[in-house]
Amino acid sequence: MPLPYSEKVLEHFMHPRNIGRLEDPDATATMGNPACGDMIKIYLKVDGQEKRITDIKFESYGCASNIATGSIVTELAKGKTLEEAKKIGWKEADAELGGLPPVKVHCAVLAVDALHMAIENYEHQHGLLKEKVPTDEKVVLKRLKHVINPKTGREILQANLVKAVAVDSGRVRVELALPPDYQFAKALEEEIRERLEPLWDVEQVEVAFVGES
Amino acid sequence: MEQKRIYLDNAASTQVAPEVVEAMLPYFTEHCAVASSQFSHTPGIMVKEALDRARAVIAARIGAKPEEFIFTSGGTEASNLAIKGAAYANRKKGNHIITSKIEQLSVLQPCRSLEKEGFSVTYLNVDREGFVDPDELKRAIRPETILVTIQTVNQEVGTIQNIKELGRICRERGVLFHTDAELALGWLPFDVEEANIDLASFSGHKLHGPKGIGGLFVREGVKLKRLLDGGYNEFELRAGTENVPGAVGFAKAVELFKPEDSQYVQELRDYLIEGLLQIEDAELNGPRGERRHPGNVNISFAFAEGESIVLHLDMKGIAVITGSACFSRALEPSHVLLAMGYSHERAHSSIRYTLSRYNTREELDRTVEATREVVEQLRRISPLKQERRRGGR
Repeated sequence: MPLPYSEKVLEHFMHPRNIGRLEDPDATATMGNPACGDMIKIYLKVDGQEKRITDIKFESYGCASNIATGSIVTELAKGKTLEEAKKIGWKEADAELGGLPPVKVHCAVLAVDALHMAIENYEHQHGLLKEKVPTDEKVVLKRLKHVINPKTGREILQANLVKAVAVDSGRVRVELALPPDYQFAKALEEEIRERLEPLWDVEQVEVAFVGES
Repeated sequence: MEQKRIYLDNAASTQVAPEVVEAMLPYFTEHCAVASSQFSHTPGIMVKEALDRARAVIAARIGAKPEEFIFTSGGTEASNLAIKGAAYANRKKGNHIITSKIEQLSVLQPCRSLEKEGFSVTYLNVDREGFVDPDELKRAIRPETILVTIQTVNQEVGTIQNIKELGRICRERGVLFHTDAELALGWLPFDVEEANIDLASFSGHKLHGPKGIGGLFVREGVKLKRLLDGGYNEFELRAGTENVPGAVGFAKAVELFKPEDSQYVQELRDYLIEGLLQIEDAELNGPRGERRHPGNVNISFAFAEGESIVLHLDMKGIAVITGSACFSRALEPSHVLLAMGYSHERAHSSIRYTLSRYNTREELDRTVEATREVVEQLRRISPLKQERRRGGR
């Protein structure tokens, strides 16, 4: 078939492994954004004793590469310890799939980043961090790095939409320079919460829309 | 079970009509002379006559004189010749060109090239349905404006511009008016007099003619600088041996295309739109009714990504395209949908189905069913749906 994809990519696209959601997951992470046309959410079930991934599933909004890399990355991670799974890189995923077209390699990066982020979130929530860095403005901004405005497709940080960040004893407040009735207000709030709530010392996240209509 | 493939990418290219192939064949074999040999031998004269007949057929269809229509290699060459040719020929008068944000690349890229050479280009906005506001055109025209180029039909959402009004404004202000009419010829009533058109680009393969042939209407008296230097072909506007089989086939395709065909396709179009809009969270992009191209359907399926839809449909034997970035070489979502004010997300989930007279209702029933299955399957695996529902779009 004269498509730019390997047989293996197409096979995983047509029949993705580990697809769906886990009820009651131990950790999750979402990467990407529908505005970019690619989004993946990873669900982890972890054996707390062995620190081993006992089950993993993913959901995808995206192109064939996105679905195929989600499939292969979850296959690679299943059964591995957290430390082993952290070492899975996009090159490994890409090689397993027989090579993605160069313009689609970012899909492999996205899937692997989601896996790593899910593991990091697990560590935050289960006291496994080697170094407990207290959440401050810098940490918050780092976590918000890839949050994208679905309307424009631009990162909210780059577009200067984050007006202020305040952290005070477990409470984080993020102010966005968008009106409360903004078309994608709810979606942006959800995404920001998902980025910040897993942090080990964060108890409450408030997203305020302070722009004018 | 192997089912027949369903081809729904007719705005890209159409199946050549069997009668067209038939008409072309002698011009590959027995009539092999070049048309410019008319003064030397009988075979040359016969070919010249065939070329002139083809020219007369197409010119008559658009309300032009035969000598106002020249053959080119296709729509892209025609638009390049119109835009660059008019810009270079009128450089002394001014350096300003006006176009719209939703043109094909064959218009946008020549404009960008001219910008690099010191011309200034205004890209007009369009509304939510893809229409240029004639008042905005009026306001954009300056004393140094030499050319306005606005398409007749949009390639992605099928919007049919009010070119009569746009042409009238240009005429009143003494500015040349070019229109990319590739998707209009045959499909719609199109008359260069009625719409005050000075230059119009056409393509053979958008109306069941062959690829590699197109044409440009050049109103008598309009000056162009030619882009291809060489012999004296095509009223000295386009050097190169004429593609006679192509011209003959193009003219045959024009003759064959009847208003009933457009009517039939338009009924199919509305049938398909109705069927697809039954799918949950499906939204039509572009206008409805008479202001939309008879063969164009463009729908966004929220929470499902376009490239994945297209690939799954292809596996089911159905050929369509998407405005998703993942589908394009530039990795940018459709510039047309974005210019219409839709979100990136809506562009990523858009699917274009374009029809022809060779499609059937039965094919469209299968298409609706297949689309429903694919979209539902992709939504089941999407992290978006459940979360977005609460938020709205």
